[in-house]
Amino acid sequence: MFDSLSERLGGILDRLTGRGALSEADVDAALREVRRALLEADVALDVARTFTEQVKTNAVGVALIKSVKPGQMVVKLVHDQLIETLGSNADPIDLNAPAPVGIMMVGLQGSGKTTTTAKIARRLTEQGKRKVLMASLDTRRPAAMEQLAVLGQQVGVDTLPIVAGQMPPQIARRALEAGRLGGYDVVMFDTAGRTTLDDEMMAEAASVKQAAGPHEVLLVADALTGQDAVNLARSFDQRVGLTGIVLTRIDGDGRGGAALSMRAVTGKPIKLMGTGEKLNALEDFHPSRIADRILGMGDIVSLVEKAAATIDAEKAARVAEKMRKGAFDLADLRDQLVQMQNMGGIGGLVGMLPGVAKMKNQIANAGLDEKILKRQMAIIDSMTPKERRNPDVLKASRKRRIAEGSGTRPEDINRLLKMHRGMADMMKAMASQKRGPMAGLAQMMGFGGGMPSPEEMQKLAAKMPGGSPPGMPGGGQGLPPKMPGMPSSLPPNFPGTLPGLSPKMPGLGGFPGLGKKK
Amino acid sequence: MNDTPKQSWWQRLSGGLQRTSSSIATAISDLVSKRKLDAATIEELEELLIRADLGVDTAARIAAAIAAGRYDKQVSDTEAKAILASEVEKVLIPVAKPLAIDASAKPFVILVVGVNGSGKTTTIGKLAARFRREGRTVVLAAGDTFRAAAIDQLKIWGQRTGATVIAREQGSDAASLVFEALTAARSSAADVLIVDTAGRLQNKTELMSELEKVVRVMKKVEPQAPHAVLLVLDATVGQNALSQAAEFTRIAGVTGLVMTKLDGTARGGILVALAARHKLPVHFIGVGEGVEDLAPFAARDFANAIAGIEA
Repeated sequence: MFDSLSERLGGILDRLTGRGALSEADVDAALREVRRALLEADVALDVARTFTEQVKTNAVGVALIKSVKPGQMVVKLVHDQLIETLGSNADPIDLNAPAPVGIMMVGLQGSGKTTTTAKIARRLTEQGKRKVLMASLDTRRPAAMEQLAVLGQQVGVDTLPIVAGQMPPQIARRALEAGRLGGYDVVMFDTAGRTTLDDEMMAEAASVKQAAGPHEVLLVADALTGQDAVNLARSFDQRVGLTGIVLTRIDGDGRGGAALSMRAVTGKPIKLMGTGEKLNALEDFHPSRIADRILGMGDIVSLVEKAAATIDAEKAARVAEKMRKGAFDLADLRDQLVQMQNMGGIGGLVGMLPGVAKMKNQIANAGLDEKILKRQMAIIDSMTPKERRNPDVLKASRKRRIAEGSGTRPEDINRLLKMHRGMADMMKAMASQKRGPMAGLAQMMGFGGGMPSPEEMQKLAAKMPGGSPPGMPGGGQGLPPKMPGMPSSLPPNFPGTLPGLSPKMPGLGGFPGLGKKK
Repeated sequence: MNDTPKQSWWQRLSGGLQRTSSSIATAISDLVSKRKLDAATIEELEELLIRADLGVDTAARIAAAIAAGRYDKQVSDTEAKAILASEVEKVLIPVAKPLAIDASAKPFVILVVGVNGSGKTTTIGKLAARFRREGRTVVLAAGDTFRAAAIDQLKIWGQRTGATVIAREQGSDAASLVFEALTAARSSAADVLIVDTAGRLQNKTELMSELEKVVRVMKKVEPQAPHAVLLVLDATVGQNALSQAAEFTRIAGVTGLVMTKLDGTARGGILVALAARHKLPVHFIGVGEGVEDLAPFAARDFANAIAGIEA
């Protein structure tokens, strides 16, 4: 969602980059554009004003005289200020209280409270290994309580049995009691929204808060909200008292100014963000990373973290071993594809890389995402185990059979095989360098040498227009070598899941399915 | 529209827009009673409009119109309000069109689209109630097969309004359900078929092509369908509404807008920007949570309400 804003700021600041000196007029011009961009991004007017003024204060006098590229300086100042406005460090949900810990969800109707409740419950259950009970306190919207019950089944989290005719505070107390008796770690209260900020809703929320005594009170707010975001956040904070904000629909193409606004007016951290309809589409909100993303610097840390969480460490180790021996077969490729899909598909991955916002949109527009991965998996699934282990046996008649079985064409199979060969070759090459997979990864990611310039990246993006694909550089070479400046500070103690990451990256390349048809 | 209901919706709307209008109006009167219309004042005026979600461009245009010929003059509070209202109204008049039901189409098919949580299902309930009051037979197609309990929600609306609901279990194919519903509505010669759809963000290619398919399948049964495609927008939405209108129009051929949740929100100004940019008719505004709280859109009332002028 921040892509549009980052593109915008990118455009403004690109004009400054490379000029010899930066006059005050330059700063003013840039900041006027920044302010306009912020407003168009739905950042609240006052927040936008404070923001630009702050940047200007910092800009005037300071390092601008020095020989640093002036454009870079402004980028840095805007960036620092973004981080400061968004809050400077990640702030997860706090469960540090006697069980059952209450988490109360508030927000307007349609902001995504119920879905977010289920997402958080799922996350706490799966990642935090907590026993969670969800209770719907929405006695107003038709079928709201059933909705939570259905979601509970989907994510495997218990919901409080529905008793008709109870008032929200009663339900809250009943939920708390059930939580205590049932030995639950966490009890979540999904309150009723209203279409608008009215007193009744606030009073109800306040009474629920009193009855439930929640440890966390989270405001669920739509990232597409306009200027009203400030009123929304401020009212809830004043009347109910918030401990944090969850931003939903961050996967839309909105510019997400609401995030800045709400954080600025309440001072309450944005703890999580909803990134899709699927019930696992919930991520930590890391202010500094988001600020990086706003400026088009990508979200490498997120990518790495997501990879770490999704990849099955054992499998990854096995694959790494095979890589070293140069025995990476199609079954392994399939595992990689599955893992890639779990990481949000090609679009999800690419979106986290720096400077590729445009490419991400093009990928989305071409509808490449999930489809290609699925098709490739279907091809592999249609092979016999023998074929998977030894793709060399695949001759025309076998390919025809596989094509029929997977609903593809022999060309698609050839492309897949080409990609696999490319990956296998690269892995062999890496293995023969007698360095650990870590070194290989580093090299692939562009540490070692030849870090491509942003210009190259742009050329790459330019080559990606929906119609004439393949740009994503050919064969098995893949995206990785082209990745621009990785932050030099990749966590040193980067965990044992690493080997799994490396084969993944080449997987990005090629896109066999992309070929000529589109 | 006769006068009685109009009065009541007007009251609701002005109640609803009160905060918009009072904040804008107060700010305007503060501005102009203190100062004359110089560059700084006009810029602040513009910012006030931005604050109401009118968008940078629209706000600039209206601010310029207010300044035109009055630059450096003292302008009274009332004048400023009237100018603001008339400029807003100018933009809105062309788009304030009622939703005309062609009685010869049996059924008249209304497809309702929008992003998640914009209020589609509730709007459908209100529309169904309205058509039932007008003595029409209504069929509702529970095409939101994705969201948990959306189907139940629509069924409840069906019971409340006496409309037939065609539904399948959650997760089934929306297009084939719509096919079934349209066939059923046709054979029973229903007056109106309202098709609910799952909420989707307009940048999700897959979901948008699913919507495209729903439209395509509809046309197989009835080439004229859908007769109307309503995009439901939430009043709190910001500039993203522009992108929503553009994309949904491209994919599903939006013919009109419904703005929901206008009751009490301080916003709704995005409608002015939408009118300026996309020229899509605005049919209804949702001004409350009750079944009857769906009012036809009236440019002058809306403009006045935004400017804080009493009726």
